Amino acid sequence: MMDFIFEPWPWYVGGPLIALTLFLYFYSGKNFGISTNFETICTISGAGKVSEYFRKDWKERDFALLFVVGLVIGGFISSNFLIPDAAVELNPKTVQELQEIGFSNVAESYFPAEIFSAESAFSLKGFIILVLSGFCVGFGTRYAGGCTSGHAITGLSSLQLPSLLAVIGFFIGGIIAAWFIIPNLL
Amino acid sequence: MKNLRFLFLGIFFAIVLSKTEAISWFRYYEMFRFQSIHMFGIIGGAVVISMVLMQLFKSGKIKDRFGNPIKPKIKKKGFVRTLLGGTLFGLGWGVSGACAGPIFVMLGFELAPAIILLISALIGAFVYGLLSNKLPN
Repeated sequence: MMDFIFEPWPWYVGGPLIALTLFLYFYSGKNFGISTNFETICTISGAGKVSEYFRKDWKERDFALLFVVGLVIGGFISSNFLIPDAAVELNPKTVQELQEIGFSNVAESYFPAEIFSAESAFSLKGFIILVLSGFCVGFGTRYAGGCTSGHAITGLSSLQLPSLLAVIGFFIGGIIAAWFIIPNLL
Repeated sequence: MKNLRFLFLGIFFAIVLSKTEAISWFRYYEMFRFQSIHMFGIIGGAVVISMVLMQLFKSGKIKDRFGNPIKPKIKKKGFVRTLLGGTLFGLGWGVSGACAGPIFVMLGFELAPAIILLISALIGAFVYGLLSNKLPN
């Protein structure tokens, strides 16, 4: 049991547990999706003063904000107590490719130092990479009307065409990023 | 706090994403290079099981805890909105690993870059809100 908690969980455990989360979310009477919280946080920060779009009652979405607070707490618990060894068993070919394009310590932790170390994040180039990526994520999810949880999981499983199109878009963007941007990033 | 259950559900979901490495930048890169089943298995497995759940919701065999029928929200239609919006999201996700849920989980792992990503995502959502009437569907 303790071994199971501290070892990485295989992919076939992840799918059912994500589906269980979706089930409990809907069973509790709410629609599963995370990126709407970006808008809700804008509303709380006073974006309604500038734009009609954000003039909504955020208290109707307080459940989703609690979920997001839970995500942060869960992340903190996981990183500090549940993952003694954060090495990721990537495909060796992927590791080799990343080394060839200049990444060091590949997959020895969840996030590459070349993008996520404080030193990189606060260098001019690293900062711009993070800001542009984050901007695309926030703008893109709201334009598309959802992210991986709302479109790829809730939308696809309820057989909605807009979600299929959005997921195709996610992959077009992700493939451009992994095949053309990241190899030239460092 | 009648909605406290969502706090615990969030903690649970974050642990699932963390333990299955589904917040790892390396796993996303590997997925977009099609070099492992790992992420496809996680997302595909979640979708297939959720399809069964959706059928049970639709047929009324499972109701929510208040006894009401469960109906997933209907997504907004539009080719440009979904494809272009989706592609922008995919670009950001592919470069930085900042999927919407994992951004929040990441705050518990790599605080400084996660805060930069989150604030930028909020600015992105804000700019979308400002332009939402002017953008093509």
